[in-house]
Amino acid sequence: MTDTRAEPSPHGPAADLGPPSGGPPRPVIQIVPLKGLPIVAVVLAFLVASIGFNWQWGLDFNHVAGGALWTGIDLFVGLVVGPILGRLSIPARAEFSARFMPKMVLLMPTLVAMTLASGFQLALDLGNLKTSSPNHSWLIASFIVVGVMAVTALGILEPANLAVLFEMRKPRPNGEVIAKLMKRFIYTAGITGLMQVATLVIMTRVASR
Amino acid sequence: MSLPSQNGPSAVTAERRFAPVAEMDAAALALIVVGGIYMASYAPRRAPLALPIVLAAASGVLVLASIVMLARTKGFAWDKFFLVGRWTLLSYVIAAGLIEFAFVRDHIRGGPLAVITAMLVLFAVIVPLIISFTVARYQSARSETA
Repeated sequence: MTDTRAEPSPHGPAADLGPPSGGPPRPVIQIVPLKGLPIVAVVLAFLVASIGFNWQWGLDFNHVAGGALWTGIDLFVGLVVGPILGRLSIPARAEFSARFMPKMVLLMPTLVAMTLASGFQLALDLGNLKTSSPNHSWLIASFIVVGVMAVTALGILEPANLAVLFEMRKPRPNGEVIAKLMKRFIYTAGITGLMQVATLVIMTRVASR
Repeated sequence: MSLPSQNGPSAVTAERRFAPVAEMDAAALALIVVGGIYMASYAPRRAPLALPIVLAAASGVLVLASIVMLARTKGFAWDKFFLVGRWTLLSYVIAAGLIEFAFVRDHIRGGPLAVITAMLVLFAVIVPLIISFTVARYQSARSETA
């Protein structure tokens, strides 16, 4: 996915987003930052080892660190960066996205994997999933919250993010296409923000029992 | 299928209407997520399998229907679809493998493991399908516009 060639825009000059003559050159976009892949591999190996050896500290670390970063980034991007992005001009949005989205392509799935895999294992180990546990219903609520976020992120957000990156790799990207795809980002920010607040409530309830 | 355009024949990609492949696959994803939540809510006990099987089967039907619709699409950027598809498939097969590992590690066996495996196979196919379709629908079909 990193070796796509630039191709002519199929959308005609009216909607193009290319730089004006003499303007600054657009950044070269690498859709998946290859330098980040070894870090992801190390994190996932640590996660697998923590689950495989039932390593309590490793499970706690993956769940707490992954969950805190996931929730924090989601809320910050959704509530702070998103509204600012929505008010920027389309070329400014494109410039920002060209540098921001490739990092999110690697970062967010890694954080989600860390949090969910270790969280399920912890819930089993601590007996929170048993129907007799006072936390059982809270954990089911958290599954539902995660389910909504999964469908939103995997079915709507991630495809749009990658489509934007591919559009921006064209010599003359179509601003209308980018704006249309980025509307999804803005609309879904509210859903994920709400779900993350729900996650905070649920997890602090579980931890305080 | 495409709307008229003032930008010449190659300008149709952005305006074109496609079969609802992404919507069907997102619905299929939602079905297996519901099935997964249902099964996880019974852990560590064995969940009744009827509902998850029905949900997985319905999800599979939606995925197959979307693939058939996609295969019948003319003037599609198949090169980009397969380029994105193979890499996303690889990453989601790894993700599904990790989840499967966790369930096997937790001694899930027999029918429940079979249902979970089927759901994970669907998961590993659906997400790459949605992503590669969404990317390719905004790309020009090289063979037809060249």
